Amino acid sequence: MRFLTISGPPSSGKTSVILRVIEALQDRKKKIGVVKFDCLLTDDDKLYAQKGVLVKKGLSGALCPDHYFVSNIESCVTWGHENSCEYLISESAGLCNRCSPHIKEITAVCVIDNLSGIGTPKKIGPMLKSADIVIITKGDIVSQAEREVFASRVKQVNPGAIIMNVNGITGQGAFELTSLFEEASDIETLKGKELRFSMPSALCSYCLGETRIGEEHQMGNIRKMDFQEGSA
Amino acid sequence: MMKETSLLHKPMSDVLIDHPYVEDFLTSFGLVVKPGTDSLQHYLDNLDPDNLEDLGVNAKQLRQSLDDFLEGMLAISDPMDEVKALTIIGGHDKSGKAENLELTLKPGEVICIVGPTGSGKSRLLADIEWVAQGDTPTRRKILINGQVPDSKWRFSTEYKLVAQLSQNMNFVMDLSAEEFIRMHAESRLVTNPEEKVAQILKQANELAGETFAPDTPVTSLSGGQSRALMIADMAILSKSPIALIDEIENAGIDRKKALDLLVQEEKIILMATHDPILALMGDRRLVIKNGGIDKIIESSEAERKNLVSLEKLDNKLLALRNRIRTGDTLENIEGV
Repeated sequence: MRFLTISGPPSSGKTSVILRVIEALQDRKKKIGVVKFDCLLTDDDKLYAQKGVLVKKGLSGALCPDHYFVSNIESCVTWGHENSCEYLISESAGLCNRCSPHIKEITAVCVIDNLSGIGTPKKIGPMLKSADIVIITKGDIVSQAEREVFASRVKQVNPGAIIMNVNGITGQGAFELTSLFEEASDIETLKGKELRFSMPSALCSYCLGETRIGEEHQMGNIRKMDFQEGSA
Repeated sequence: MMKETSLLHKPMSDVLIDHPYVEDFLTSFGLVVKPGTDSLQHYLDNLDPDNLEDLGVNAKQLRQSLDDFLEGMLAISDPMDEVKALTIIGGHDKSGKAENLELTLKPGEVICIVGPTGSGKSRLLADIEWVAQGDTPTRRKILINGQVPDSKWRFSTEYKLVAQLSQNMNFVMDLSAEEFIRMHAESRLVTNPEEKVAQILKQANELAGETFAPDTPVTSLSGGQSRALMIADMAILSKSPIALIDEIENAGIDRKKALDLLVQEEKIILMATHDPILALMGDRRLVIKNGGIDKIIESSEAERKNLVSLEKLDNKLLALRNRIRTGDTLENIEGV
């Protein structure tokens, strides 16, 4: 089973791109499974189901979404394998820019859009910087020059990645992207695998449900801002 | 790799002056860079691992990225392989009917692509951009200089075979025309950015019906001005040997001059258009039907003669347009 983790900022076009790739894979008669991770609510599972692919939805609710992802992804892979999927795609949003669901030796894809601004690539952490494939979307809305400038900013923070423009609406580039999926990591289980990068941590009173503001309510792993003169 | 190794052992001050993009690279990871006599290698070896973890990167990965980045940057300054010929070897249309053709295009040629929406124009353009090798739905094959090309053309952002001018010319960046073109020039590492920027703005103003100042925000350019700017930018800045153009709208831009500019730069121009004037300016027209190239029409002598009267007709409309713009009426249009 070919397995890929796909992530990207909210509304960057992850689902649209995946749907276009699914269409191209279905032309090749492949059995596909998708795991959609989100926080509170998503209807994207219905879009996937309409395409006739096997779909599983995971909502993290009150938990940190990426910690929830990593605690469940192994079972997702087992689920995909047991259902004899030939392709399994996990989709999750990177919500804090420091998170990343990418796993060592598993093909990692990051989706980012041209409209997010040229300052965005450097703001995104390991989700973009450690991805193997970076998909840039919404290219039809901007000019060639803007696409090139944006791609060069992506290249600056992840020079080793394959960078592709894909249009989630017209499907331009989706066929080409699919040929990369055909070379994605081929696995049966995630046993023994490791994340590419540690997830942001906190273990403080607020993790345990504290809502009151004030020094006296703060316990555990707390970091304070510097207000001394001369500090940024 | 040689160039890169020597760069690592240079003092930081020299690196920042000779290769300013190293600073851009490091700051885009959130690192603080200071010039000094210590080498770049020394700087990398002494980064605080805890600080790196906060920035979402580790030393090994940073080093790998820097290697990849320098390799790409040092390659940009290498001359691009010259494309003297692009060959399209036919595949089949949507019903499986063979195209039976081998078509070779040369720099300076203008080829128009015609056919209704959904006929497969975009797929043809995409086959070229992907340098298809029988691995796309049409099974077409694309050769460069008569040979199966290096796969670097597919994924490299430095060696893009095709620069695409889409119909949509919106800008989202909050920059002036001059700043925007400078940023584009810098991303392409051209040797004399200021000169190129001035040249592009001058050309764009010659193409545009209404001129604009360098400090005009790109978001306030008119449709014609945006197209003029992007065509000048493509002609002067882009290294890509092939230009794909998705229709040049007949508003606020001198389309003949625009095409001439691209032809002068020795590009192979493929243009999807249904505009009779643009179509006749082309050397050939590829007629797309049911996903395949159905036939090829060479622009004939008779057609070229008609171009003259078509242009007259076009100028008439243009004159009327200008009268509307300047607040005139169209009650009497004889003698226009």
